[in-house]
Amino acid sequence: METKEKSQTPHVKHIEPYTAEFETMVPTGMVKFFRTCVIWQFIRFIALNIKMTLVILKSHK
Amino acid sequence: MARVVIMGAGVSGHTAASFLQDWIGKEHEVVVVTPNSKWNWIPSNIWVGVGEMSKEDVTFDLAPVYEKVGATFKQAKALSIHPQGGKDAISPYITIEYTDSSKSGEKEVVTYDYLINATGPKLNFAATEGLGPDSGNTVSVCTAEHAEHASKELQACIEKMKNGEKQKFLIGTGHGMCTCQGAAFEYIFNVEFVLANAGVRDMAEITWISNESFLGDFGIGGLHIKRGGYAASSKLFAESIYAERDVGWIIGAHVNKVEKGKAHYELLDGTMDVEEFDFAMLIPPFAGVGLKAFDKNDNDITADIFAANGFLKVDADYTPKPYEEWKASDWPRNYQNPTYKNIFAVGIAFAPPHLISKPMSSPNGTPINPTPPRTGMPSAMIGKAVAKSIRDMIIEGKSEPTHTASMTEMGAACVASTGKNFFSGTAAALTVYPVVPDFEKYPGIGRDLNHTFGEIGLAGHWIKHLLHYGFLWKAQMKPGWKFIPE
Repeated sequence: METKEKSQTPHVKHIEPYTAEFETMVPTGMVKFFRTCVIWQFIRFIALNIKMTLVILKSHK
Repeated sequence: MARVVIMGAGVSGHTAASFLQDWIGKEHEVVVVTPNSKWNWIPSNIWVGVGEMSKEDVTFDLAPVYEKVGATFKQAKALSIHPQGGKDAISPYITIEYTDSSKSGEKEVVTYDYLINATGPKLNFAATEGLGPDSGNTVSVCTAEHAEHASKELQACIEKMKNGEKQKFLIGTGHGMCTCQGAAFEYIFNVEFVLANAGVRDMAEITWISNESFLGDFGIGGLHIKRGGYAASSKLFAESIYAERDVGWIIGAHVNKVEKGKAHYELLDGTMDVEEFDFAMLIPPFAGVGLKAFDKNDNDITADIFAANGFLKVDADYTPKPYEEWKASDWPRNYQNPTYKNIFAVGIAFAPPHLISKPMSSPNGTPINPTPPRTGMPSAMIGKAVAKSIRDMIIEGKSEPTHTASMTEMGAACVASTGKNFFSGTAAALTVYPVVPDFEKYPGIGRDLNHTFGEIGLAGHWIKHLLHYGFLWKAQMKPGWKFIPE
């Protein structure tokens, strides 16, 4: 009997083979989770602000 | 005493006016001429457009701010520039027409010692038949008022879907030569997010349409981001989010006519097609606001000062050349008009030397390519650099501009919202350095990979919120405003 594997991209159900959507990348469930994980995103908030500040400082002459 | 006149109080003009008033306002005069009574934090208009903010949340009255700091404010539109003066006047001047209700229609001559053209774009809905909210068939998020109207139309569609009626959404650019793909990108994903939260996502078909030759071009020829040891194209990331969120796409498209419920378009391969819709938000192409220029004998010299698109010529290399010969040095550095050294143009008002994306056209000869964006950060930085130059010319008597802000030597930080919610929202936070790729300095991808990055997440959404409140605070010149960087 064939068993169905648990999807690694459960949020993406609609992609058909050999369409433009099939030929790109979609995030896994783990990537989706971390996008809105408050603890992880707080760390990213600090990191992004530092990185953006460096770009702003590099741009101001 | 010198007088600096700034036409336009958007991001670039208001930045220039604010700093000039702060630096020289006690001894010299700063005059701001703008037809709008309010300042608009345009990046948040997309949230107005989906009903997540009101237009009052994204605007404030300009007059009290200028009065507070001692700048002269004239609510009027500029009509013409007379850089040589006139028959009866030695000083150069502009003519204006008041839009303030107490003086509506009154005309006035305003002399200047230095002039900054910060008039921004004319929203050229007329370039496509049937485009636009006023007399056309599409909504817009380009102004706070337009966005409020778009939100009402969106809510009406949501009600229909809740009643079981499927709806088709078409969002993107409404002409082959549009810019501002980023704003449309934000809007399509905020609409998708709102529909999902309203429980009607399965009743909606959402389609993107734009003039980009690939998703992720954004008018800057795309960019590369380090990911997993690779320099990955923005095309991959853009297509990814469209696929993830079930948004279809039509690219390389010039929308040439919009009827009620139908957008007619031509593709880069010359194909003509029609896309039906129930709700369409299509960005219009931009043009200059239509200023004229005259010499001292009232001869029309508009073509001497302005490019054909209505933007003011500055210190760029406007020599026509093929894409393969474009160089970073083509782009302006000090934004000074080459003929009239006391005239500058900042933000969207300056004439770019050419596109950033590769020029493309259909076999029918229709140009279908994004035009160069001038987003908030570069626009504000250009405004500040020009303000510094003018300050130095007035106070220190410098004969040449002293500060530069080339788009090939600066980065841009952009935050593209993909859904508004403090805990479940996301945004793509990215920086690109430099804005205009320099393939000589950065062979291969044209950009500095160490300062070009992007990621999607809740952090980006929080940053967009921070920018919203921070820049409204800065623009109102509240305490500490000078310390918030452009």
